[in-house]
Amino acid sequence: MRFRRIDPAPSLAHQIHFEGTPIPFAEGDTVAGALLAAGIGTFRTTPVTGAPRAPYCLMGSCFDCLMRIDGAENRRACMTPASNGMRVERARGPRPAGEERMP
Amino acid sequence: MTAGHDLAVIGGGLIGAAIAWGAARSGADVLLLDEGDIALRAARGNFGLVWLQGKGLGHPDYMHWSIRAGRLWPELARLLTEETGIDPEWRGGGGLNFCLSEADLAARREMIARTADAGGEIDIRLLDRAELRALAPGIGPEVLGASLSDLDGEANPLLTLRAFHTGVQRQGGTLRSNSRVQSLHPMAGGGFRIGLADGAELPAQRLVLAAGLGSETLAAQLGLTLPLRPERGQIVVTERVAPFLHHPTNTIRQTRDGTVLLGSSHEDVGFSTGTDIATIARLCNTGARLFPALAEARLMRAWGAVRILTPDGLPVYDGAPDHPGAFVVTCHSGVTLASVHALDLGPALARGRLGPAPQTMRSSRFALSPD
Ligand SMILES: Cc1cc2nc3c(=O)[nH]c(=O)nc-3n(C[C@H](O)[C@H](O)[C@H](O)COP(=O)(O)OP(=O)(O)OC[C@H]3O[C@@H](n4cnc5c(N)ncnc54)[C@H](O)[C@@H]3O)c2cc1C
Repeated sequence: MRFRRIDPAPSLAHQIHFEGTPIPFAEGDTVAGALLAAGIGTFRTTPVTGAPRAPYCLMGSCFDCLMRIDGAENRRACMTPASNGMRVERARGPRPAGEERMP
Repeated sequence: MTAGHDLAVIGGGLIGAAIAWGAARSGADVLLLDEGDIALRAARGNFGLVWLQGKGLGHPDYMHWSIRAGRLWPELARLLTEETGIDPEWRGGGGLNFCLSEADLAARREMIARTADAGGEIDIRLLDRAELRALAPGIGPEVLGASLSDLDGEANPLLTLRAFHTGVQRQGGTLRSNSRVQSLHPMAGGGFRIGLADGAELPAQRLVLAAGLGSETLAAQLGLTLPLRPERGQIVVTERVAPFLHHPTNTIRQTRDGTVLLGSSHEDVGFSTGTDIATIARLCNTGARLFPALAEARLMRAWGAVRILTPDGLPVYDGAPDHPGAFVVTCHSGVTLASVHALDLGPALARGRLGPAPQTMRSSRFALSPD
């Protein structure tokens, strides 16, 4: 499925960086909104089975849009306003903890 | 007069459901009655440990009964999975009780010695920091060591409960929810009429009271003194993180899916199941002292649930002397003891006996010592 902006002429002056690719966003977009409008379908893979996931509720309750945003793990992309230069990556499986992070 | 069910179990929490399943497996026609969502249900809010080390110090019967439960849990998990298709996610591998001070280490050393003196058939040893790091590399600098016991384990308490409920029905038993029992009427010539809050009356040959905190008033109708008090425990849950903890521990668990549970507090706040920030912060703090990487993990939710405690903290297994066929069971570690309740006690109760339940755990001990 492809999302389309209702606003016919949005001002797309700013960008976030999705895994290295610049993605334009309009004033007021969430990270999820900007990525969906750009045709990004998979936001994360689950910690348990690795299945791909995309935003479902878009209101902060389903936790299916978790991403790594500016280095912070498991942020809800639908609750995070996009800002210029933000770095966004898919959450792949479980976030690291414990031994991986330990000296 | 209809004879009704062979056995009515009142209370569909971990204790009642385990007994009902065990009784149904042994051939009894079982009715399991449970109150609705408004009930206090420890079975749905607990920490999920099958915990033996340190249990029953000063009360060898309780120690041996608990250790037996630990030994039977793998069998219980296998049977539940086979018969219901629901895996209770039991995991053994040895339980760790962390020590953050010399005093903690001394207390664990004493616990180990007392367990050995009582003849406890359980291997418990004290690990120093280096040995512990081999099992749990992520421990923080304050952790001095841990006691490790071979039999401790953990289970998913919600799946365990669901497996019991499913199992009862698979065995031909009846599970009736939203059925609050209000009155118990012994019938002339044996058997009981069980009066529900909605006015229904159900006959049964025998009955087992396993209604958690709801058992106190019902037991009184059978002439049994069963003083129970609530004790709240709060538990905190984090987001899923990559597996870093492969053993059950006294204060922190990581589930198969990566979720981390931190728990649990001990609070005397009546029947409240609420949470408070100070307690949540303390639980998080302890978690981060044990595993500093957890400081980065996000908190997902917290809840409170109430434990069911007798004055001496020990279980009760008893029959009503004036009403043969009526029994009461309660304990504060219903996950741990689920295996003996299901595999030993359920079949015995179906035949009207307490079977292997220790004699020293009758309720008459409370009637004798008013406090
Ligand atoms: C925070 C916390 C952590 C815990 N951690 C552990 C742990 O790690 N390991 C462990 O072994 N144990 C643990 N426990 C204890 C464990 O949860 C309990 O021992 C167990 O749930 C007790 O089961 P129960 O069946 O007696 O009571 P409950 O689970 O409370 O069930 C009682 C049931 O009776 C029903 N009921 C009540 N009154 C009536 C009535 N009048 N008519 C019909 N039905 C009625 C209720 O609906 C309820 O379902 C913990 C408990 C808490 C609160």
